[in-house]
Amino acid sequence: MPVEYPSSGGLMAEHRAVRKGVGLFDVSHMGDIRMHTAQRLGGALEAVQHITMNDASKLAIGQAQYSAMLYPKGTFVDDVIVHRLGQDDYLLVINAGTREKDIDWVRKNTGSFDCAVEDLSDSYTQLAIQGPRAVELLKKLTDANLDAVKTYWFTHGTVCGLKNTLIARTGYTGEDGFEIYVRSDVATSESVWNEVVDAGKEFGIAPCGLGARNTLRLESKMALYEHEISDNINVWEAGLDRYCKIEKGEFIGRAELEKARARGNSRTLIGLEMVDRGIARDGYRCLNENGDAIGYVTSGSPSPTLGKNIALAYVPPAMSAIGTPMYIEIRSQKCKAQVVATPFYKRIRKAIAS
Amino acid sequence: MSYPAQFRYTKDHEWIEAKGDIATIGITDYAQHELGDVVFVELPAAGSSLTTGKTFSSVESVKAVSEIYAPASGRVMEANATLQIKPESINSDPHGAGWLVKVKLADPSELNGLMDAAAYEAYIEEKKKEASA
Repeated sequence: MPVEYPSSGGLMAEHRAVRKGVGLFDVSHMGDIRMHTAQRLGGALEAVQHITMNDASKLAIGQAQYSAMLYPKGTFVDDVIVHRLGQDDYLLVINAGTREKDIDWVRKNTGSFDCAVEDLSDSYTQLAIQGPRAVELLKKLTDANLDAVKTYWFTHGTVCGLKNTLIARTGYTGEDGFEIYVRSDVATSESVWNEVVDAGKEFGIAPCGLGARNTLRLESKMALYEHEISDNINVWEAGLDRYCKIEKGEFIGRAELEKARARGNSRTLIGLEMVDRGIARDGYRCLNENGDAIGYVTSGSPSPTLGKNIALAYVPPAMSAIGTPMYIEIRSQKCKAQVVATPFYKRIRKAIAS
Repeated sequence: MSYPAQFRYTKDHEWIEAKGDIATIGITDYAQHELGDVVFVELPAAGSSLTTGKTFSSVESVKAVSEIYAPASGRVMEANATLQIKPESINSDPHGAGWLVKVKLADPSELNGLMDAAAYEAYIEEKKKEASA
């Protein structure tokens, strides 16, 4: 996936297309791990429960959840989306950059479970169709009843003539949208891409690159590996508590997370908005009034939707209240910012038609 | 977009146009294209000095910060104030309205060491080939 598509008009135009119309992302670099029963039904669920922090036993067939795989110390191997495909059959969608590591991790830590692990990463091309018009667009290309697919649910249907395609109402943009999984042979993925682009013309579709993918997810405060989450940041610090189900029973990372909760956080993830001119970028330092370093920016960028310069940063909890003044060191200058509520952008969900 | 013959160019994609010892400096069409949508420009104050090869400004797009290096030494006479309000001028008119600073050159002969338009165009053709290879 390129940073941006000149044919779409560049990053800003791509970003706006997703917020107002529809955008198309080639996210085939994402990895896919299937975990299913080897012999005894329930073995796959036990393995999934062991290696992920959310409660997969709560999933119905056709439902998905945001989750993460953790190291024993409660920090992140990766964040994942767990899909329940069947009775004891799960699909974990993982990040590209961590793919090899993730697969090794899953295999290494599920060996004692009655569970088969398959790396399907090379078998599927994942396309993300995102934006308020995504549903209208995809309806033109599939026989599946998309109205019946709620956010974080999925179905199977024919898409662009390809039978039994997985269609999930998920994404990484903060908008409504779908991720579809098609066979990865070049001819198939190219023809689907082209069909989606053609069908999307009436909705002003824009092919979107990594640049817009980053600004969209940042406005929606969705974590990026090695930025908001990493092998040295734990679940509580990252503010992902609601996806971590301590009460479900044992899983890798649980014991240390309980201890970490008792100790309290030394840093927490916050949202910032620049008050002074200047853009806080990834890795820049956060300073207090006296100019002492108190934290760092994990992701920062102009927000195309808000027209402001925004950032996510780790700072001590005492500095995390909304409205707290803060400074960002930008090319040796102390630029004023303040803590703001997150997510920076939240879509307005349409009321259910009566 | 064509590269004006009266400009001189650097390998870092700045352009400079001198009339006597007064020169205007900006970034090239190739540079703005690589950067994408420009959203913020940091410029030096009038009176500050530029040193050849040292950074004097930064131009930021949504996706990245780009440091701008002085093609020649001199003293800043004027910075392009309209860029504070319309940074996108760098995208729409990099060789004109998107200029960065006007300077009084310390030594106009410094420009002799820079590329002319034909050499610069050949240089960016190479860059494009590298990028697509």
